[in-house]
Amino acid sequence: MMGPFVPDIITDQLNLIVGFLTGLGFGFLLEQAGFSSSRKLTGLFYGTDFTVLRVFFTAGITAVFGVIILTSLGLLDRNVIYVNPTFLYPAIVGGAIMGVGFVVGGFCPGTAFCGSAIGKIDAMFFVLGGLLGVFLFAEVFPSISDFYRSGAYGDLTLDQWLHINPGLIALGFTVIAVAAFIITARIEKSVNPDAPVYSFPTKSHAAFAVAAIALGVVVSVIPDRQTRLLERATSVAYQQQHPVERIDPQDLALRILDRDNDIQLIDVRPDAKPGDRLPDALTIAVEDMFGKGWEHELAATKKKIFYADDTKPAIEAATLARILGYRNIAVLDGGLSKFKAEVLEVPAPDHPLSFEEQMVYDFRLASAEKIKKLIAEGGKKVVKKRKIKKVQGGCGL
Amino acid sequence: MESSRYANPYQTGFLLGLLLVATIYVTGRGLGASGVFKSVVTTTVEAVAPEHAANQPFYQAVVSKHPGASPLKAWLVFEAIGLVIGAFISGLVSHRLTFKTECPPHVPTKVRWIAALFGGACFGIGAMLARGCTSGAALSGMAVLSVGGITTMIAIFGSAYLVAYPFRRLWIGGKQS
Repeated sequence: MMGPFVPDIITDQLNLIVGFLTGLGFGFLLEQAGFSSSRKLTGLFYGTDFTVLRVFFTAGITAVFGVIILTSLGLLDRNVIYVNPTFLYPAIVGGAIMGVGFVVGGFCPGTAFCGSAIGKIDAMFFVLGGLLGVFLFAEVFPSISDFYRSGAYGDLTLDQWLHINPGLIALGFTVIAVAAFIITARIEKSVNPDAPVYSFPTKSHAAFAVAAIALGVVVSVIPDRQTRLLERATSVAYQQQHPVERIDPQDLALRILDRDNDIQLIDVRPDAKPGDRLPDALTIAVEDMFGKGWEHELAATKKKIFYADDTKPAIEAATLARILGYRNIAVLDGGLSKFKAEVLEVPAPDHPLSFEEQMVYDFRLASAEKIKKLIAEGGKKVVKKRKIKKVQGGCGL
Repeated sequence: MESSRYANPYQTGFLLGLLLVATIYVTGRGLGASGVFKSVVTTTVEAVAPEHAANQPFYQAVVSKHPGASPLKAWLVFEAIGLVIGAFISGLVSHRLTFKTECPPHVPTKVRWIAALFGGACFGIGAMLARGCTSGAALSGMAVLSVGGITTMIAIFGSAYLVAYPFRRLWIGGKQS
């Protein structure tokens, strides 16, 4: 099932409980790592204790890999999750101010909560200072709001910015982290005779480092999921092995006239214009089928009938829908062109009609008129894509 | 009371990373901490000086995110309550619960308190500018490969290393330096 589950499955209320449980784990792990101690935290800056670097980078890299792997398996829609927006200049200045705060104060906010929880009085002063700092910021906010919004690049991610596979970034981070772990362990040993580096085994860590780099290589060479699945869906051999049900234009015409509620037409033409779509058809671009945006409609029990001007693009889209796990998928045989020729265009008879022929002719003529009218009406109605809201998150305003 | 040893940092980091991935998978957002200051400050100002709060765009922005509810009814606030309880449990099982001010012997307690207060204020201001701190911007931003988050991370640690030397007396030395 594709995450995230907020707000569709997990309500805002329930999410608060999820937040509480997340916090329990977060606080427990930070404290176990020693982040309730300001001397341990600042040891990072004086070469005596690189615990922060080890915990922080290991957590970061694990999370980077996790997000990439979940996305690659189709379990996470990266377009929906919260990405900290980039405002370059305040990010740099704010970060620089926080750096001073880290060295002078000996904590960061999360670790200060952690320290306060086990009775560190200096951590409590830090928390108080944090509140004062935000108060000061709030009071001067109107005069710095232009700077606050400067250097805006939106929800930019590193892989989008560099136009590379996110796996390559994961590999890069891993190599940097492993190098940093090795170098800092040496520094720690030489600076601090009681360094924590002595207190854990290095052999197994070396094995894990090699495994992490190997995983980095694997994720950096695997093409992204969209490319991979599209390749499969457009392969003729795959399509032949997994044939999609085809609906005859006449059959579809009858179902449209019956106002059959068990069908959902899906127009996959990228340039479909209003007034040129079959009644109540949804326009779904192939690349939009990967995310959660149309998940609701595609997972409905109705028969989803894909169509384009001819059969080929519809079969590709329908095959993709099935690869993505959606069921009850069909395509309009011959596409819109065959539908128009066989249903909408009723050629005038070239010979006198018998009674029965006349009945069929009248019926076809009336049907064509009705469907044309429905198409025109359906064209006026704007078929909306359900906009999946990006998750709200972060600590900013 | 002798406090027990801290956990292996790589194992803890790995578990923390898994927790972060699970949080992103379930809720679509990462971890955070400094956002709580924002909620607490806004609630306090609203209670003490409601008119002032109504005139300041910062408080307005926070309030508008929680229509009809207290800014304290926020995900990050619940997460932070969990964080404090989780840390307390950890301190309890590892015998580290004591009221004390931690600082090197040559630093007077009052100096440590003032430094902590000042450092906290820096984080309050900096985290509002950068839209997050070490947790919300640096760690969670790195997880989703946010350029802004990674920039903030580099700025925090870069700046900290730059100022570490001038402020060294707060942490190391004493007689020997």
